[in-house]
Amino acid sequence: MSTLPEAAQAAPASEPIRITSSAPGPAPAGALPVEAGEIAFDIKNFSLWYGPRQALQDVSISIPAKKVTAIIGPSGCGKSTFLRALNRMHELTPGTRIEGSLRHFGADLYGPGVEAVAIRRRVGMVFQKSNPFPTMSIAENVLVGLRLNGVRDKAVLQRRLEESLHMAALWDEVKDHLHRPGTSLSGGQQQRLCIARSLAVQPETLLMDEPCSALDPIATAKIEELIQTLREAYTVVIVTHNMQQAARCSDRTAFFYLGRLIEYDDTRKMFTNPSNAQTEAYVSGRFG
Amino acid sequence: MSPAASAEGPPRINPPMTHYTEEMNRLKESLLAMASHAESALTRAMRALTERDDPLAQSVIDDDNIIDQFEVEIDDIAIHLLAKAPVATDLRLTTAAMKISQNLERIGDSAVTIARRAIDLGTEPQLKPYIDLPRMATMSLEMLRDSITAFINREPDKARAVVPRDVEVDNLNRQLHRELSSFMVERPASITRCLNLMVISKCLERIADHATNIAEDVVYLYEAIDIRHSGQKNLEDKDPGS
Repeated sequence: MSTLPEAAQAAPASEPIRITSSAPGPAPAGALPVEAGEIAFDIKNFSLWYGPRQALQDVSISIPAKKVTAIIGPSGCGKSTFLRALNRMHELTPGTRIEGSLRHFGADLYGPGVEAVAIRRRVGMVFQKSNPFPTMSIAENVLVGLRLNGVRDKAVLQRRLEESLHMAALWDEVKDHLHRPGTSLSGGQQQRLCIARSLAVQPETLLMDEPCSALDPIATAKIEELIQTLREAYTVVIVTHNMQQAARCSDRTAFFYLGRLIEYDDTRKMFTNPSNAQTEAYVSGRFG
Repeated sequence: MSPAASAEGPPRINPPMTHYTEEMNRLKESLLAMASHAESALTRAMRALTERDDPLAQSVIDDDNIIDQFEVEIDDIAIHLLAKAPVATDLRLTTAAMKISQNLERIGDSAVTIARRAIDLGTEPQLKPYIDLPRMATMSLEMLRDSITAFINREPDKARAVVPRDVEVDNLNRQLHRELSSFMVERPASITRCLNLMVISKCLERIADHATNIAEDVVYLYEAIDIRHSGQKNLEDKDPGS
């Protein structure tokens, strides 16, 4: 059962187990209507250290709501760390320290008394490697977050199951065998199952850490298509190594290098006419 | 300050020669070769007209397939490059190259038309001394040369300066049309020759347009600014011949 610890750590939906009292019910407090044009994340002078090593340096960035924002940069540039800081997932690594402010729809994510687990329900995360719970069926995988939140109403669960699978563009493929194990699905389907699991708890924002890096082009195309659909209801922040993927499916792109935000602009501009020579070198593959 | 930042320093921007950069260079080289063929075609067509040199005119017609081949080759290289998903400057170069080559091909076609009309005109006595046509040709040729030089030397300002010069060529074309129209009214026997000269004038005017298009593509290539259709062109001012 080697994948279980990783899956348990990774799945945002699994976190609320410790806060079942905070916001039970089919429509969590986080799922407020979001206006387009709003700022989802307002981040100012944000720095992050792993022990003595500084991973993010003085990052200031405004991530718009209901848009797809891509984070790009070479390995070790801090992009995954940045993504994890957006739902305090980095706190799972001991010895981390932050400075600066990080607000999600106006609320200070690092304010006193703010529970990381509550944040992770509002800010869901999808990982590079799909991580369905191996002992659970497809349906149980999707509903685990809601169940852990204390939702017992079968009609509600059934509705959320269908909605989430529809939203993740997986319904048609799995509707006739919802009770098979989640791990019986293909890689691309498993990744969409994880997306459905994240969506079931109705987050406002979805973070994706290289969600297609382990998938073939067809499965990748499906996930990218899904990202386009999700942007109508969610704020999506995606970390990707694939420049074309960033160009294809994001509205805004941020380029990180050595822990700093080098350039942040409309994706169109970043890929046709970046302002910074380092960005141009990186997106053109002339880096290193 | 991150220790990593000082240790690694900024990224190197000039990589060792790769297959990809070789292909980019081949695109540029083909474009330059094509431009020089187009320029030569126009120069020879005009010389064939003024010197009544039919074999020279014929050589322009015969060599047109070289320019056509370049267009095909440039599109082929560009499409291969696009499949590799170039971005930023590379993307702009690839798309600009396709557009520039299309304009050069049309300049070649116009040169062929001039050469054909020159051969026709050679069968009759010269109607009048050629003054405006060589002037138009010189202006169009200079516009083409400046656009290409701007491309080679990365000089968007030089390219930008080409655009307004198109008006001068348009004006000459219009003036020549008026002059030739009155010629035809006065001397019906000159109609065939006048029509041939009108076509040549129109071709030169089109060549200046193509040179302008190339200049606009060069500005886009180096500055990522689309300056097409930004000038206040007075459409009412245009006569049927322009």
